[in-house]
Amino acid sequence: MNQSAPVQIVFKNIHKSDSHTLPVYLEGGGYKTLAKVLALTPEAVIEEVKKSGIRGRGGAGFPTGIKWSFIPRNSPKPKYLVCNADEGEPGTCKDRDILRYDPHLLIEGMIISAFAVGSERGYIYIRGEFNLESRRVEQAIEEAYAKGYLGDNILGKGVRFDLAVHLGAGAYVCGEETALLESLEGKKGQPRVKPPFPANVGLWGGPTVINNVETLASIPGIMEAGGAWYAGLGVEKSSGTKIFSVSGHVNRPGNHEVEMGISLRALLEEYAGGVRGGWDNLKGVIPGGSSSPILTREACETVKMDYDSIARAGSMLGSGAVIVLDKSVCVVRALARISRFYRHESCGQCTPCREGTGWMAQIVTRIEAGGGRAGDIELLEELCGNISGKTICALGDAAAMPVAGAIRAFREEFVYHVEHGRCMVE
Amino acid sequence: MEPEIQKNLPRFSPEALEKTEKIFKRYPPEYREAALMPILHLAQREFGGWLSAEVIEYVAGFMNLSPIRVYEVASFYTMYNLKQVGRYHVQVCTNISCWLCDSDSIVKALEKCLKISVGQTSEDGRFTLAEVECLGACVNAPMLQINDDYHEHLTPEKVVGIIGQLP
Repeated sequence: MNQSAPVQIVFKNIHKSDSHTLPVYLEGGGYKTLAKVLALTPEAVIEEVKKSGIRGRGGAGFPTGIKWSFIPRNSPKPKYLVCNADEGEPGTCKDRDILRYDPHLLIEGMIISAFAVGSERGYIYIRGEFNLESRRVEQAIEEAYAKGYLGDNILGKGVRFDLAVHLGAGAYVCGEETALLESLEGKKGQPRVKPPFPANVGLWGGPTVINNVETLASIPGIMEAGGAWYAGLGVEKSSGTKIFSVSGHVNRPGNHEVEMGISLRALLEEYAGGVRGGWDNLKGVIPGGSSSPILTREACETVKMDYDSIARAGSMLGSGAVIVLDKSVCVVRALARISRFYRHESCGQCTPCREGTGWMAQIVTRIEAGGGRAGDIELLEELCGNISGKTICALGDAAAMPVAGAIRAFREEFVYHVEHGRCMVE
Repeated sequence: MEPEIQKNLPRFSPEALEKTEKIFKRYPPEYREAALMPILHLAQREFGGWLSAEVIEYVAGFMNLSPIRVYEVASFYTMYNLKQVGRYHVQVCTNISCWLCDSDSIVKALEKCLKISVGQTSEDGRFTLAEVECLGACVNAPMLQINDDYHEHLTPEKVVGIIGQLP
């Protein structure tokens, strides 16, 4: 890994001025890959993406090429490609930079992806709060139509793809792919029971691929330099680059595109300016968005930022949102804030999640406020077990994992809170 | 027949109607319902920043849906305001990354400066102060949103300055 000049695939343009405009994108070689791809067969594109080994960058990490290959070739119903730009996992703000600084990269990635799966209509589902971002994307879509990159006859090759933005309206659960589809159909965003999976029955009942912004924005780079090249970046089973949103107690918070497999410590010290007050002042890191279990400083010493390494350390890579907590933080208090969020965002459809997220928030808040009772910690653990895996979508798990994880990593702080009615952190 | 006139319901302006045509074009004609969310966004902008029962009834008629079907959607998503909000909707993120960067001090500074608490609207109707969940600008924490605009890298002093500069 070359630390001094990291490979930039998704963020290659964002530092240029007016990078969101078509002329700047074209100057950097934009839409050249699309022209190249349209001379291939769709199957060849899927093979190339499979070869790259790229895994979904939204959080679940499912291999993108395999997801695409689930789409039936011959479907009586129209096929759809949907970009999930409902970036809402607390700590995550990487897709926002792609949307506002390089919308054409996303659009080119979507046209290539649509060609691969045989879709003629696509949507970019952008969270409603992203006003500037959605306007930039809409403007870029207009530019792309005007130049013949979108529409009935793309680049004169007889390929068709129509693309539009659909704005969300403030619901974390719509980041879940089937809730997103419900929302796109004009309904409240409550997840669907799977199976059937969207690859077979998705938007308006048609086969549908849903990919994250960062995933789709990686596609032009993969098709330009080849799947094998991409697979050579990063580490085995976690190929390529990943954008990490480093927030919280570091000296230089920011989004950084680095090769997968970088050590967490290198990410924090070489890219994010180091932990506030120095490495020894580190308390823990939430490595993949607020739903991922917190890692203690000991775990942070050695963990590498790839899917398998973080899983082995007891957490998950998730969306790549690295939230850094220094020693001034009370873990119980931080968890109370996180639990309040999940209570607010539970869609109410499944009882374990609807009731459980409320109870968890209530109990953690009680412990934090000094009113914890004997048995509360065990009660929380039991609750986590009664939510995980017992709901239609993963929001229940996402709410339970940080609770179970915080108790596992910092049990003594919870015990101290319950026994003394106050915090051990001053 | 135009029942909305009889009932004195609000109506989209001709300019807004043009926008609705553009919105409908994004979806296949057989799935017009898909336009409900963008139409609600538009209605909220057109009719004073919130969705009253009358506006919901009008949108329902406009979309050929039942009012309860529209209300179900409007009440599910936090960005649709079912109560009147101030001319400036000040929404402070207090989720984990912002909280770690002392968003509490931002909330306090705003409560002092606007002389209202979180959840309240100022008497002159200029400001509504709200706490919101993660707005996706975590590396620039703490941050807040006023109407459409994000303000990032905040300090209590900066926040007071931003409020003071609003027209």
